[in-house]
Amino acid sequence: MAVTGLAMLAYLVAHMLGNLKIFFGSGDFNGYAHWLRTIGEPVLHHEWFLWLARVGLVVAVVLHAVAAYQLSRRDIAARPAKYERKRRRASYATRTMRWGGIILGLFIVWHLLDLTTLTVNPRAEAGHPYENVVASFRTWYSGALYIVAMLALGLHIRHGFWSAAQTLGAGSARRDRLFKALANGLALLLTCGFIAVPVAVMTGAVS
Amino acid sequence: MKLTLRVWRQRTPEAEGAMATYEVDGISADMSFLEMLDTLNEELILAGDDPVAFDHDCREGICGACSLVINGEAHGPERTTTCQLHMRSFRDGDTIDIEPWRAAAFPVVRDLVVDRSAFDRVIQAGGYVSVPTGAAPEAHATPVPKADADFAFEHAECIGCGACVAACPNGSAMLFTSAKVNHLNVLPQGAPERESRVLDMVEAMDAEGFGGCTNTGECAVACPKGIPLPSIAAMNREYLRATMRGR
Ligand code: HEM
Ligand code: FES
Repeated sequence: MAVTGLAMLAYLVAHMLGNLKIFFGSGDFNGYAHWLRTIGEPVLHHEWFLWLARVGLVVAVVLHAVAAYQLSRRDIAARPAKYERKRRRASYATRTMRWGGIILGLFIVWHLLDLTTLTVNPRAEAGHPYENVVASFRTWYSGALYIVAMLALGLHIRHGFWSAAQTLGAGSARRDRLFKALANGLALLLTCGFIAVPVAVMTGAVS
Repeated sequence: MKLTLRVWRQRTPEAEGAMATYEVDGISADMSFLEMLDTLNEELILAGDDPVAFDHDCREGICGACSLVINGEAHGPERTTTCQLHMRSFRDGDTIDIEPWRAAAFPVVRDLVVDRSAFDRVIQAGGYVSVPTGAAPEAHATPVPKADADFAFEHAECIGCGACVAACPNGSAMLFTSAKVNHLNVLPQGAPERESRVLDMVEAMDAEGFGGCTNTGECAVACPKGIPLPSIAAMNREYLRATMRGR
């Protein structure tokens, strides 16, 4: 859970920073997307790096989901009887990891259909990601879906990053506050960074 | 005080249990929670009913026998053991729910009594040190840095009551096991079994059917001895170290 989660997290930071290039206009953004396909040339062939990254990400998502499923099955089996009355003290982020993960998984499918395969994109012009993004977020449902998913992502990372630090044995009484602050900071940074794009399109700042 | 109690009653491990409702009167704020239950049991016996079975021994917060989930919280609303909880934490007219520890690894024996021998088997797997027999060794022969001694002592406080498992939504025993591993692994006396201890105890813990840790932190909030949540990270560190070095 921790290793695959952190791998996806590292990818998300890079992805979020890349997305922000949309604020520099169509030329910059589309040029950046083109460059992504040329990384590693001439050692690597055209788009090879992109495909290596995609394979790595799919492996991470699948392993993460499988581990989550196995862990959840075990945890539910270990606590078969519920309490008549239970006072829960864990935070909202902590209690929503399972559902949050499922929402994120569904979102990833939608996101790929929208902006990678362009299957559900209203413009669907390959090689013109800027125009496709703008067209997508002009529809209310796409923007709303994106924003809700990014709020779920923020919650997932808020608990997940700190939890991963515990799992990997990096946490200690002295460093606990540091890891909590890092988790909150990362969650806020990623959520705001990702949400900035649909909000900009919906308000007309990017068109 | 006059109280309404809703208590889990279950005659045998196989029987279906249910919550039963009782009224108790004349409870003083100075009584301990277990004395309040003693009062209920005396009345039940006089009325010809079965008394409510519950675990207890020292009644001074050091043995780890008492184990009740009170109003949804392991050991009730204060950070202490059930035996050290007093009725001044409740108000006249309150309804109090009393349930046993709930976990697959802690089956109910009767009423509020659960079988916690799973903890004993985790301890048997590695919660010991190998010592030469004979006269007591000279106390200063093995120096222990102050910080390590404090860390060991903090974890040695665990009384093995199982509140961590009861509070955990996953029925996980990570806090208990980490307390035992950390207590011995940081000390020179525990060094010979440092790797095998953590590997064997975690294996025994998993074999008992305890759940996995998702860092919800409910355990550390419930612990009457204040074993902190980062103890689990410390055990994970020991586990990784032992996995890399081998036994
Ligand atoms: C397929 C979609 C996903 C599912 C089904 C899923 C599900 C889960 C579940 C059930 C947990 C266990 C958490 C707990 O109860 O403490 C978890 C932890 C975690 N997730 Fe996800 N998640 C998904 C996507 C993501 C993504 C996109 C990221 C990247 C940021 C991520 C990062 C993490 C991290 C870092 C942890 C903590 C690992 C640990 O506790 O050691 N997850 N996830
Ligand atoms: S009876 Fe010994 S700790 Fe409560």
